[in-house]
Amino acid sequence: MSGTELGLAISVFLACAVEAVEALTIVLAVGITRSWRSALIGVAAAIAALAVIVAALGPALTALPINALRVVVGALLLIFGLQWLRKAVLRAAGLKAIHDEAQAFTAETDAARAAARAGAGFDGYAFTISFKGVLLEGLEVAFIVLTFGANQHDIGLAAIAAGVAVLAVTATGVAVRAPLARVPENAMKFCVGVMLTSFGIFWGAEGAGASWPGGDAALLVIIPGVLVASLGLVQWLRRQHAIAPAVGSSA
Amino acid sequence: MSWLTRAAHAAWEFVVGDDPAIALGVVVALGVTAAIASAGAAAWWVMPLAVLALLALSLRRAAR
Repeated sequence: MSGTELGLAISVFLACAVEAVEALTIVLAVGITRSWRSALIGVAAAIAALAVIVAALGPALTALPINALRVVVGALLLIFGLQWLRKAVLRAAGLKAIHDEAQAFTAETDAARAAARAGAGFDGYAFTISFKGVLLEGLEVAFIVLTFGANQHDIGLAAIAAGVAVLAVTATGVAVRAPLARVPENAMKFCVGVMLTSFGIFWGAEGAGASWPGGDAALLVIIPGVLVASLGLVQWLRRQHAIAPAVGSSA
Repeated sequence: MSWLTRAAHAAWEFVVGDDPAIALGVVVALGVTAAIASAGAAAWWVMPLAVLALLALSLRRAAR
C-alpha cells in the first residue's frame, strides 16, 4: 500500500468512525425510548438511499479527466475540510462547545420521550429521526469516500475503510448499549480536518497545473505542516482570548 | 419554499457551510495557481499559503 493509499484509508476510516458514532447516538436514543424495529427500518432505508447516491455519483466522478477531477475534488475537499478544521480549531481553543455524545444522547432521548405517540405498531417518529440521522451523517462519509476514492481510482479501498469503521463502531455500540462518549471524537475530527485540507491542497494544486517538488512525497510535508499550523492557530486563539486549555480538548 | 429550493439550500449548507468566504477564497487561490502554472512558473506554494491565510481569517472572524 502506497503512502497516498494509506492516507486515503486513514482519512476515510477516521471520518467514517466519527460520523458513525454520531449516527449511533441518534439511533440508540430513539431505539431505547421509542421503537427498535422502526429505528432499525430507518437505518436500513438510509443505508439504501446512501448506496443509491454512491452508485449514481461514483461512476460519473471517475469518468472525468484526471486534471478536471483533481481540481474539482481538490476544491471540494478544501472547502469541506476547512469547515471541519475551523470547527475543530475553535473547539480546541475553547471558543466552541466540545461535541459530547452523552449530552447529545440525553437531548435526543428527552425529545423522543416528549414527542407524541401514534399508538402501537410502526413508530413514524423513530423511523424519521433514525433515517435522517443516518442519512445526514452518512452523506458526509459518502462524499469523502467518493472524492478520495475517485481521485485515487480506488473507491473500493475507500469503501472498505468506511465499512470497517462502521462495523467497529456498530459492534462497540451493540456491546456497550450506550453512546460512545469515550471515543476521542473531537481529536478525531481535528485529524480528519487536517487530512481533508492536506489532500485538498495537494490535489487542488496538481489539478490547477502545479507540480509538487518530490511528487507524492510532498504530502509527507503538507500533512504535518497543516497539523502544526492548525495547532499554532489554536494557541494563537487561546492567547487572543486568554482562555485556559479546555479539559479533554482536541488539540 | 419548494422542494427544489430546499434541496439547493441544503446542498449549499452541506458544501459551503458557515463561511462562504472560505469557498470563494479557495476558488480564487486555485485560479491564481492555474494562472501562475500556465505561465510556466512554480505555483505549488500558492495553495498552502492561501489555505493558511483563509483559515486564520475565518477563525478571526468566528472568534470576534
